Amino acid sequence: MSTQDQPFLAHQFDDLGQQKEADTLGMWAFLSTELMFFGGLFTAFTIYRIAYTEAFAQCAQKLSMTLGGINTGVLLCSSLTVALAVWAAHRGNMRLVCWLLLATIALGLIFIGIKFTEYYFDWQESIIPGFRWNEQKIIHEMHLDPARLRLFMTFYFVMTSIHALHMVIGIGIFAVVAYKSWTGRYAPEYYNPIEISGLYWHFVDIIWIFLFPTLYLLH
Amino acid sequence: MTQAKAHTHEPSIRTYLLVFAALMILLIATVWAAKLTHGHGAIGVVIAMLIATAKAVLVVLFFMHVKGSTMVTKVFVVVGLLWLAILVGLTLNDYMTREWLPPSRGWHQVNSQMPQAPEPHH
Repeated sequence: MSTQDQPFLAHQFDDLGQQKEADTLGMWAFLSTELMFFGGLFTAFTIYRIAYTEAFAQCAQKLSMTLGGINTGVLLCSSLTVALAVWAAHRGNMRLVCWLLLATIALGLIFIGIKFTEYYFDWQESIIPGFRWNEQKIIHEMHLDPARLRLFMTFYFVMTSIHALHMVIGIGIFAVVAYKSWTGRYAPEYYNPIEISGLYWHFVDIIWIFLFPTLYLLH
Repeated sequence: MTQAKAHTHEPSIRTYLLVFAALMILLIATVWAAKLTHGHGAIGVVIAMLIATAKAVLVVLFFMHVKGSTMVTKVFVVVGLLWLAILVGLTLNDYMTREWLPPSRGWHQVNSQMPQAPEPHH
């Protein structure tokens, strides 16, 4: 069990299986903290959603259900490519892993692009609290309560931009992992970084799976 | 010593594609249900959250390899959700019961009579 015949085994572990489980549990522990982080934002939004039900339902019309739905589809595709990348790693096809991770990155960039397009439309309509806000237009043209819209849009921008930041971080992580896959740093008996960065990406996808109906599909 | 396995098997491509198809179908269902229940109040939110939960369960079980993982991994997943339930549950419990009690007049008895508590409304 020396590092000569098991080059991927860190000395504190008995075997590769134990090391893999430790890596996996470490990522799940981190994801639990992320769950609490986003959970706080969701809870706060829910409180105000209950308090201002009608107003929030009207404010949600400023969001594009179409773009949000397309973005959800894009992220679901990216989760598939990540799952297939882990599958490929298990089979030792590291070149395929790199291609699938690049596809994931591309889909992630498409998501970011669509998101920034939505932000751009909000910029044009001047409904970005603290950056570009036209109170008169909101009252007289959109016929919305400006205080409620400000609250709703604050939640929208904070929640989606923090989510987008997580995606950008995930893209960066996959860029590194894709490079390492291409240059043969992993093997079928050790591809933990691919698997656990996949866990992170799936989690960020799950956050968006809940963000989409919460923000876009109000009634 | 026997090799500890982080998970017992790797799902097939067919499994992944089936899960992906289910996720896309659920996405279409979400949008369709939202349009259908627009203006009908809380039932739309309930349906949307149920569908979102179903999608999340599929991602967690299959894409994140929790199905077939060790018991320790499953415990980690469940515990994280339990902590979230405490956060959401106790916070909502606070706000939803704010109107159940009358505002306090302090512990000094201003009058000899105790104030009448209003009927709690549900």
